[in-house]
Amino acid sequence: MNHGVPSTSSSGVFPVKMITFKSVRLLLLLPMICAMLGIGATLANAADTGASLEQRVARLEQASQPAAPAINTGDNAWLLASCALVLMMTAPGLILFYGGLVRSKNVLSTMMHSLILMALVSTLWMLFGYSMAFAPGNAFVGNPFTYFLLNGVGGAPNPDYSATVPQQSFMLFQMMFAIITPALISGAVAERIRFKAYVLFTMLWVTVVYFPLCHMVWGAGGYFNWASNGCKIPVLDFAGGTVVHISSGVSALVCAIVLGRRSGYPQEPMMPHNVVLSLIGAGLLWVGWFGFNGGSALGAGALATSAFAATHFSAAAAALSWAATEWLHKGRPSVLGAASGMVAGLATVTPASGFISVPAAFCIGLAAGIICYFAVTKLKARFAYDDSLDVFGVHGIGSMTGMLMLGFLASAAVNPAIASTFHANGITVSLAGGKAQFFNQAIAVVFTAVYAGGASFILLKLVNKLVGLRVHIEDEDAGLDLTQHGERAYTE
Amino acid sequence: MKKIEAIIKPFKLNDVKTALNEIGIQGMTVTEVKGFGRQKGHTEIYRGSEYTIDFLPKIKIETVLPDNLVQQAIQAIIKAAKTSKIGDGKVFVSTIDDAYRIRTEEQGDSAV
Repeated sequence: MNHGVPSTSSSGVFPVKMITFKSVRLLLLLPMICAMLGIGATLANAADTGASLEQRVARLEQASQPAAPAINTGDNAWLLASCALVLMMTAPGLILFYGGLVRSKNVLSTMMHSLILMALVSTLWMLFGYSMAFAPGNAFVGNPFTYFLLNGVGGAPNPDYSATVPQQSFMLFQMMFAIITPALISGAVAERIRFKAYVLFTMLWVTVVYFPLCHMVWGAGGYFNWASNGCKIPVLDFAGGTVVHISSGVSALVCAIVLGRRSGYPQEPMMPHNVVLSLIGAGLLWVGWFGFNGGSALGAGALATSAFAATHFSAAAAALSWAATEWLHKGRPSVLGAASGMVAGLATVTPASGFISVPAAFCIGLAAGIICYFAVTKLKARFAYDDSLDVFGVHGIGSMTGMLMLGFLASAAVNPAIASTFHANGITVSLAGGKAQFFNQAIAVVFTAVYAGGASFILLKLVNKLVGLRVHIEDEDAGLDLTQHGERAYTE
Repeated sequence: MKKIEAIIKPFKLNDVKTALNEIGIQGMTVTEVKGFGRQKGHTEIYRGSEYTIDFLPKIKIETVLPDNLVQQAIQAIIKAAKTSKIGDGKVFVSTIDDAYRIRTEEQGDSAV
């Protein structure tokens, strides 16, 4: 017994020593190889000493050129993480949130409405979408050919938008916004639109509404872009109150009205088939929204943190105020209501998130929960439109509230850029909260609503002429999963 | 006293229900059923494997009513459920011996 122990231990140590000895020899070999390579290189250089003085001066000059704008790896890391977070809001965030809210015969079609846009909008974005949104152009739209096929969008930063990250990162981040915006509209057309019509409509919609609107609000030289020289009306929209939520919310309302109500609505109850899925989706939306708003700082500095904080506290406040309002109004706070409140708070704070303090964000959230609750319960019933999953009530009304409140709540202490950046007729104007900025915000809200709503109306009429918007009533009754896609979500 | 059993296309349920209510039918029982008549089933392919669907989803409405309402009810059902395409369904009429309402113990026509 006693004999065995030392023998084991010594046999364990011995090979280790051997290996170490061998590795040391290897390590000694490495510098020798390097040195040999180095000598080779030096010899090669020596052959070049015959270069003339002019050539050597030219080389020196080339070397002392001002360096290309430096990429900040921290900024880029956060932006790439944010890209992924925003894509996660569409899949699986929105896919689960909307998928749970429809009846079981329409789950797959509703999920497909979001899923297909990840493929479709990405393709358009690569072809001409990014260029229409962010290439130089006029005040309303960028030149679609400048970055056609993403030509020239690479590792070098584009200082018009973000001097510290590759333009390719910026392009990816913005693409995720272009994907989720039309996906939001799908909630208003759920359970009755033909898939063919949906594909055609969303392709036209992003081209006619989203890309130009994105250019107007965020693009270089955009009509509403406060941070750009060509700006006519300075509008504060940090992460997409106008571009994303009002445009999709109002378009959703127009879709719901033009498409008409689902058969049986509102006499038959159309209960969500799986609230659990919706809650998982809502949770993923909240988490993803940190990338949506926090990432919109386009850097990993204090502004990103401040937008992150505003986002969180607004969602918290809105979940509370929606649940409290429903509790007082209906006697019971529903779980789906609290989740809807969260989403309303997130959509409402989106335009404001980079310009407001935490208490201001909390106020915006409180207002969002109450206003959106009544938009969903009272407004919809009063006008009897079938906005099936409440896109207008939550995103449209919410973000209008946020845009307008931001007019008064914007603070130069939170975002110093708005104290001095905007120059109108040679005068430096502060965009921080006040009546003047409130009216600027109101103009953008009205313009976005009219433009997105009007364009949607025309596009819907066009698509209806071409392929027909609605499925046949018999197909609607059997469910879109079976009739549009030939599948069922759940086997019986 | 008669019983009407109507097999109809599912999306026509609401129309048929409304039509029966309009002529004063007090109650009915509705069941989701599957079956086929002359329409037969059809074959479908999913991920490469072909399968046949023999039984198609239908709705069965059952209602028991006094003799004087029967013809009216049949016409109402036919009018509401007709699309003139194959698969519209059928109406069966049978005689019922008696009926009781449990709560009041009424019997016969007054119980339906």
